[in-house]
Amino acid sequence: MRSSIRIGAGAGYGGDRFEPALELVEKGNINYLVYECLAERTIALYQQEKLKDPTRGYNPQLKRRLRPVLEPCFRRGIKIISNMGAANPQAAQKEVLDLARKLGLKGLKVAAVLGDDVQDLLRDRTGKVLETGETIAAYAERTVSANAYLGCAPLVRALAQGADVILTGRVADPALFLAPMVHHFAWKLEDYARLGQGTVIGHLLECAGQVTGGYFADPGYKEVPGLAALGFPIAEVQVDGTAIITKPPGSGGIVSLATCKEQLLYEIHDPAAYITPDCVADFTGVKLSQIGPDQVQVEGGTGYTRPQELKVSIGYREAYIGEGEIGYAGPGAVARARLAGEIVQQRLKKIGLPYQELRLDLIGVDSLHGPWLTDGSHEPYEVRLRVAARTSTYEDAVRIGEEVETLWTNGPAGGGGARRSVREVIGVVSTLIPRELVKPLVSVKGENSLPIDEV
Amino acid sequence: MPRIKLREIAHARAGDKGNILNIAVIAYHPDDYTLLQEQVTTERVAAHFRGLIEGPVVRFELPNLGALNFVLHRALAGGVTRSLRLDPHGKSLSSALLELKIEI
Repeated sequence: MRSSIRIGAGAGYGGDRFEPALELVEKGNINYLVYECLAERTIALYQQEKLKDPTRGYNPQLKRRLRPVLEPCFRRGIKIISNMGAANPQAAQKEVLDLARKLGLKGLKVAAVLGDDVQDLLRDRTGKVLETGETIAAYAERTVSANAYLGCAPLVRALAQGADVILTGRVADPALFLAPMVHHFAWKLEDYARLGQGTVIGHLLECAGQVTGGYFADPGYKEVPGLAALGFPIAEVQVDGTAIITKPPGSGGIVSLATCKEQLLYEIHDPAAYITPDCVADFTGVKLSQIGPDQVQVEGGTGYTRPQELKVSIGYREAYIGEGEIGYAGPGAVARARLAGEIVQQRLKKIGLPYQELRLDLIGVDSLHGPWLTDGSHEPYEVRLRVAARTSTYEDAVRIGEEVETLWTNGPAGGGGARRSVREVIGVVSTLIPRELVKPLVSVKGENSLPIDEV
Repeated sequence: MPRIKLREIAHARAGDKGNILNIAVIAYHPDDYTLLQEQVTTERVAAHFRGLIEGPVVRFELPNLGALNFVLHRALAGGVTRSLRLDPHGKSLSSALLELKIEI
């Protein structure tokens, strides 16, 4: 057994850059390559696609991401783990097997992790929605998806069965990274202190470039060399869980105490109780040390007994958002943009368009932080009016942008560059479900489906 | 007493979950952590974001990192999916907090 493993993060969200993953494979000397590509609400969109076409419902960029890395990973024994299976891990599994066949990769094993879809289980339950206190039944008719956050156990099982590629649906993000540690070092799933430290490492890696200098640069204060060629992170993990966060040699970006501290607290509430399916992690004892250029050592994370219930994310059809924008420039730009906004508001009122909420912004003046934090003392040379409204129907949402566009010939002088858009709003709420009701399954190579005892 | 912007001694990162925003404020130098502890209070953060956030502000201390973590409830106009804000995640609010004045 190797005394340490190197885990690389190939993507930190569904639309992330493509090039850094190949750099990790070629120059990162990694053993595992993990792509985290599934935002909270995205799985609902994929579920809708799956209903229309049972061969879809997984990340459509799966093949584009894996084509350049699959052969070198297979040759070097680098295992690939990703939640790009989304709402349909088995269809994703089939696509990767097809790709492997085309590339002539004989013997490549692909695992699909199933069982996170709990829509059927929820139908008979009377749980509460955590955010609102309503019953989950109140959302039943509009529900598109309901997925439990699985822990690392089924992924560990897939690794034990020799899978070269593991595709999951909803899994807690840190679990994607915890799985290779538990597998390689044979950590016990009851060793919560160790799993807590592993979760710290997973959390540092899960947003990929956000720990190597992405979402960080602030010229004059926080410099990031070579940000354009930002490299993605690697954690070199020891058997006791101590890890070094680093990145491929020659890549852009920076791994410093500051980048690691920012990422450690990213999306964290109580740092003493970061709840995951595998443990309740405690970040308050974490010690970071810069031990070399672009090398930060991480130790001291711990954890406590895992929760008895799993969190379930419910995606539901909520509304539509219609938007329109138009720009004004030169003398009086702000006054003309304000007038334009008032006109649109009056016209929407006159036609009686029903909306739940309407918002007017002047981009360049107050669009990000409203009037409260804006220094309104200067007049910008140019400004864009943005009108946005949430409506119950698609047709009503379309009218918002239409009314903005008509400002071309029916509004103040010099309005140009009108743009409009409509999108569906998939709302997300959560509930809890007893862990024993959720039964993850692992299918390797699409052959046998083996039940897993523990979640 | 001279006043400087928080930006001069600390950096910040915002993260979102549903309708909750967190902003981590991290001292560049461990010595300045006490200044953060004393002056970047929940009251001041809540006052700074008045109008933008609807719920309470909770502060967690991380002396091991020289950092404070602020959790701002009902801060994202209903949450990332349904908010009409141009920055529904509230990512730009981390920079806004660095405008806060600190006495040194």
